Amino acid sequence: MQQTKSPGNRIYKAFIYVVLIAMAITIVVPVAWVFLASIKENSEFYGNPWTLPAGFHWQNFVDAWERASMGDYMLNSVIVTALALAILLVVALPAAYCLSRFRFRSRRFLNVCFMAGLFINVNYIVVPIFLMLRDGDTWLRSVFGDGFLLNNIFVLAVVYAATALPFTIYLLSGYFATLPHDYEEAAYIDGAGYSTTMVRIIFPMAQPSIVTIILFNFLSFWNEYIISMTLLSSANGPRTLPVGLLNLMQAQQSAAQYGIMYAGLVMVMLPTLILYICVQKKLIQGMTVGGLKG
Amino acid sequence: MKGNKRRTGFLFLCVAPATILFFIFMVVPTLNVFRMSLYERGAYSPDETFVGFSNFETLFRDTRFIQSMQNTILLIVVVTIITFALALVLAGILTREKIRGQNIFRVIFYIPNILSVVVISGIFSAIYQPANGLLNSIIELFTDLANPIQWKGESLVMISLIIAMIWQAVGYYMVMYMASMAAVPLDLYESAQIDGAGRVRQFFSITIPLIWTNIRTTLTFFIISTINMAFLFVKAMTSGGPNGASEVALSYMYGQKDAGLYGYSMAIGVVIFLFSFILSALVNRATKREPLEY
Repeated sequence: MQQTKSPGNRIYKAFIYVVLIAMAITIVVPVAWVFLASIKENSEFYGNPWTLPAGFHWQNFVDAWERASMGDYMLNSVIVTALALAILLVVALPAAYCLSRFRFRSRRFLNVCFMAGLFINVNYIVVPIFLMLRDGDTWLRSVFGDGFLLNNIFVLAVVYAATALPFTIYLLSGYFATLPHDYEEAAYIDGAGYSTTMVRIIFPMAQPSIVTIILFNFLSFWNEYIISMTLLSSANGPRTLPVGLLNLMQAQQSAAQYGIMYAGLVMVMLPTLILYICVQKKLIQGMTVGGLKG
Repeated sequence: MKGNKRRTGFLFLCVAPATILFFIFMVVPTLNVFRMSLYERGAYSPDETFVGFSNFETLFRDTRFIQSMQNTILLIVVVTIITFALALVLAGILTREKIRGQNIFRVIFYIPNILSVVVISGIFSAIYQPANGLLNSIIELFTDLANPIQWKGESLVMISLIIAMIWQAVGYYMVMYMASMAAVPLDLYESAQIDGAGRVRQFFSITIPLIWTNIRTTLTFFIISTINMAFLFVKAMTSGGPNGASEVALSYMYGQKDAGLYGYSMAIGVVIFLFSFILSALVNRATKREPLEY
């Protein structure tokens, strides 16, 4: 093509590269800066922010892990995320399969309900959920003498799974609906029951969709902080990692413990970054397959 | 007949858990948002008194609420326009031009999307810090700042918030647009080039009209997600301060919950919900075009 050789075109190309690189820098540099800041000593924060760390000050991570309890919060986050994912898969997979491949009476109604659920945002309903659980605790206390619904990471995992249901069922149903019915018919003829067919034949085929679901929901559960902050509100109760980090950031404003704060930041973002680097292709593909998600 | 019974049992076992979780944690709280907005509820007792629309009457005379709505609308308009333009142009460049390292740019631009909002506010607090902050130290290279710029001060806090929100959102929408742009057949561009249409002309006359359906969907989506993301950012970055200068609608709602004014808080929720719903419907209607086929 002659177009690519003209000087105007070369300038245009160069301009595009400058813009793209500039934008990439505004993303990479702040993230990389946090990593470097996490190994700086506290005194290094009072000078020029662009100086490289004087040495590897691992003590920040030790302090964050132990003194700021980020280790406990990390464990909580791992439990909540894993449990919520497990509940979500166990509940959503069979539901999506039945709702997309069987004809029964309430099917249409349920499908409409779950579709409508896509438009319910948790930020609106977090207060009623909190009040519902608190009332539940009051009642439990009056009957059994102890309430366990608030400040409980297992309940939090259930709430996470429940609020992720509409999107997950929507995505899975979309996949199941594309499969030909021959698979089930063949399995039935071979004498397999409904559940055997579902677990042995259909679920293995849905593996790519299942991976997508795990990826997206892992990110959203791991990063979530509004529900977690609301349902785990007791001062000495359990916390998840992002809420622990938020407290650390607020404490830092008065106590000026920068190193620990940046170490905490690294602890929260490192798992997601590692996951992203490993599966970025799949994640970006999955996003466009599943359509929109907020 | 026996087979039919087994089928019903199977369907019930599959669908019931998802339906129950969905109703308890999404449908009931959503209905409660609307119901509670008509009630006054004590901070610590579950007793409620019906007050009709009085919560809403107070609401429209509440200057802090009005300010929070103004901030929300400002964010919706500014963040949407800038993010939309940037994402569209970047996607256009990355799909249409032969850029070396195209994939690397895409991977980098998507990074902010996988980080927790808490992490992003941590990163931006390092950027915006008045003394020894990243941004001020860069500005100081060019001019001498007598007083460090207070990026989170009352006058600049909204701008700082806007920058952070755009930083977070551009990559996500860029990937969305790239996916639909990749589906536009290449020969359209080739024949346009033969007819003498330049890049800009091609972008506006071919790319935009052909991905219009996708653009419409994302515009509706921008409204809903900006309202929600604004809440997440404000809660983690500024807590609505200083002096309520960065309060947005949902963070004001959450603040009223912390103050124990549950009925009032839910009235705010209802207003924001209706607002976002009506605005989305209006945008959807205003952007309606005959779909083009390719």
